[in-house]
Amino acid sequence: MEIGLAHYLTVAAILFTLGIFGIFMNRKNVIIIMMSIELMLLAVNINLVAFSSFLGDLVGQVFTIFVLTVAAAEAAIGLAILVVYFRNRGTIAVEDINMMKG
Amino acid sequence: MVVQALAFYLFATVAVLSATAVVTVRNPVHSVLLLILTFFNAAGLFVLLGAEFLAMLLVVVYVGAVAVLFLFVVMMLDINFVEMRQGFLNYLPIGVLIAVVLFVELALVGAGWTLTDEAVAVLAQPTPAGLTNVEALGQLIYTDYAYIFQAAGLVLLVAMIGAIVLTLRHRDGVRRQKISEQVKRNRADTLEVKKVPVGRGI
Repeated sequence: MEIGLAHYLTVAAILFTLGIFGIFMNRKNVIIIMMSIELMLLAVNINLVAFSSFLGDLVGQVFTIFVLTVAAAEAAIGLAILVVYFRNRGTIAVEDINMMKG
Repeated sequence: MVVQALAFYLFATVAVLSATAVVTVRNPVHSVLLLILTFFNAAGLFVLLGAEFLAMLLVVVYVGAVAVLFLFVVMMLDINFVEMRQGFLNYLPIGVLIAVVLFVELALVGAGWTLTDEAVAVLAQPTPAGLTNVEALGQLIYTDYAYIFQAAGLVLLVAMIGAIVLTLRHRDGVRRQKISEQVKRNRADTLEVKKVPVGRGI
């Protein structure tokens, strides 16, 4: 049985949906929300690489490298903000983050 | 061909199952470990697609750096994770609803989509024949995309500095080494020569 582009797109779609699902289910835990974002970025990367491979165009893979870069930077900054927030408040509950509310 | 299909289904199944577990398990440490499993299987899918460099990059960057960072933070913060789970079931209906709607939309887009011949004819960077994936990517990144590559490095630098600035703190009452003061010290500050008379002491 031939594995085509549609197979990879399906896997990516499922992973992306799971990322969205994770954000909605873990409304209190920022760490799991960030992991869900990483899952969604992974799904995007699978899409880019699948198209790149099946169309024979390398730009998709080049773009994937930059998506990976930005994802790594985002994870580092996000976790740093999380650590600072925990140090100040003693909790990481998302609902408590309303100090900037006017 | 059969081996390739079997490998695809193995990687895809494990990736989807572990991704499901990432967002549903109780313990965040298990969650991070399952995220690592997901990334490994995604790297397997990349290998099947012929993108070996990106597969290795995924393993090195995600498993080696990002997931370990998550693990550090999960273990460092002293959080009552049982309390965090409260309300999980309350959000289940809306979460499932949104997920189903999104997946149906993605499936509709995926099913109703075709590639025109013109699009195939105007590839931006056709994959060169006879080169390995790493060679082909390297020839692209360091030539046509050199500036964007530098910009990516800049993004990482800014992220690194930002993370350090955010988490660095100076605590009072901690004795730390002050190198400038140590270097500034001269003999007159610390040493005094006394003439001691014989038999009397100081």
